Amino acid sequence: MSRRRSADGRWPWLFVLPTFLGVLVFYLWPLVKTLYDSFTETGPFGGSTWVGGANYSQLFADSEVYRAVVNTVVYTAIVLLGIPLAVLFASLLNRPGLRGVMIYRTLFFLPYVAMPTAISLVWRIIYNGEYGVLNQALGVVGVDGPSWITTPWFALVAVALLGLWMSIGFNMIVLSAGLKGIPGELYEAASLDGASQVQQFRSITVPLLTPSIFFLSVVTTIAGFQLFDQLFALLGPTNPVMPKTQSLVFLFYDAAFVGNERGYAAAVAVLILAVVGLLTLFQFRFQRRWVNYD
Amino acid sequence: MTSRSDRQRLGSNRLAHAVLMLGSLVMMFPFLWQLKMAFSSQAEIQSVPPDLLPAQLRWSNFSEVFQRLPFLDQFWVSIAVTVGRTVGQLVLCSMAGYAFARMSFRLKGVMLALILSILMVPSQVYLIPQYQIIQQLGWLDSIQGIVAPGVFSAFGTFLMMQFFKSIPAELEEAARLDGCNPWQTFWKVVLPVAKPGLISLAIITVLASWADLLWPLVVTSSPERMPLAVGLATLSGYQGTISPGVLMAAALMAMAPVLILFVVLQRRVVEGIAFSGLK
Repeated sequence: MSRRRSADGRWPWLFVLPTFLGVLVFYLWPLVKTLYDSFTETGPFGGSTWVGGANYSQLFADSEVYRAVVNTVVYTAIVLLGIPLAVLFASLLNRPGLRGVMIYRTLFFLPYVAMPTAISLVWRIIYNGEYGVLNQALGVVGVDGPSWITTPWFALVAVALLGLWMSIGFNMIVLSAGLKGIPGELYEAASLDGASQVQQFRSITVPLLTPSIFFLSVVTTIAGFQLFDQLFALLGPTNPVMPKTQSLVFLFYDAAFVGNERGYAAAVAVLILAVVGLLTLFQFRFQRRWVNYD
Repeated sequence: MTSRSDRQRLGSNRLAHAVLMLGSLVMMFPFLWQLKMAFSSQAEIQSVPPDLLPAQLRWSNFSEVFQRLPFLDQFWVSIAVTVGRTVGQLVLCSMAGYAFARMSFRLKGVMLALILSILMVPSQVYLIPQYQIIQQLGWLDSIQGIVAPGVFSAFGTFLMMQFFKSIPAELEEAARLDGCNPWQTFWKVVLPVAKPGLISLAIITVLASWADLLWPLVVTSSPERMPLAVGLATLSGYQGTISPGVLMAAALMAMAPVLILFVVLQRRVVEGIAFSGLK
């Protein structure tokens, strides 16, 4: 028995070490390295020198950083609007006796599984100012649409609408899991009491979905502050609108891999980490006010 | 009474269908429009007002993709990266997840805490040092360079650990009494039972690797060594010279594998995303 135990004693390492060493080398060490690098400056020949908080004071004096934060907030706010839409669609899909649920589910989830950079090319043409189908449709109702992807604020809205469109499928998956957890007797009792469907939706469905809605708002906010793929693919990295539309991650990418300012880029990465951490903390603090746990 | 409420429900299901159809039309429209454009000439795409259907099916857009873009090279890079990451994660995450769920060893708590601590950290924080490591290994612009960091996953380890915790321990007891060592128990008894968890992890990893942009963008520089996601995103240099119909055909072929995977495995994909999303 004791022999077996000592033999067992080595087995766990075989199972754990590959992952642990990989995480150590590719994630934990880089985390420490980036924190350190954010206090250094890259020299012209690749070496780096300690500059104390200089990168951070540059960061807080940089109007581009503030603009990127504002852009990211606007983007995230628009994508968050996808949550109420997904609540509506998911609860309609959850109605007893509804036919074609599988077909609807497939159609709603397609944007979520589509490849962002590929579908962005399609949206780029849909958004085109001259022949894009969006502006032609707007023209039918008498609205003169802008040149979406080359006009500062409209470009950001265009990116956000794409983000919203892509997120609805994921939101619906999470919400439909939440809806399955609501006992049917609640609705039966409410019907017997004469509550209308709208009343049932407001006083049963929405309150009991708040844990799922909370989860989605945390995940959406975290993802929103890491906006990069759709921005890069829809607008293109050399788009003249980019300085006014860029996100924090684009700023990071640009500083690290285009401008070769590794130290400053590291400080931007630390800022992203801090903002995401603070927002998540804030949402967890605030959740007591509105999230319902039985 | 029953018939009245049935009729009511039927009536409002009609309204539900109307709203859902409108919603799915918005979800579907870009795909349908893309399909149409992939078969259209440049003039047809740029015509005002738009034609709802191309005058004829121009298959030439698809063949032109292979002539004008390094599409096949990029396609194979995407396949290799996706397979490499997915297989790597399935093996490594299930091993580590199993040890954390079922074995006891020194420093287990510390190691688990260290691995899980990276879950909350945005990927940009690792990016520059990861790039430098790949550079020092001489792996820039290579498949192993794109794959390397992505085979280690805190999320996958956590997912598999949670899954193994839910499996009854009697199975392993029986295997142990039959004389299996821990590796044999894991390989022959535990893994087959863990299929649903492995499938969830595989689906999430496939979707994420196929779509991944930022990391392969910084690691690769030659067009024929980029995965499709990077190839398509960095097309702006070609844009004057390639007709939009060809771009649409390329985009369509690039996303076809994941779309087909999704339509065929719909239930599994949905379950996989729900499972991972809620943990």
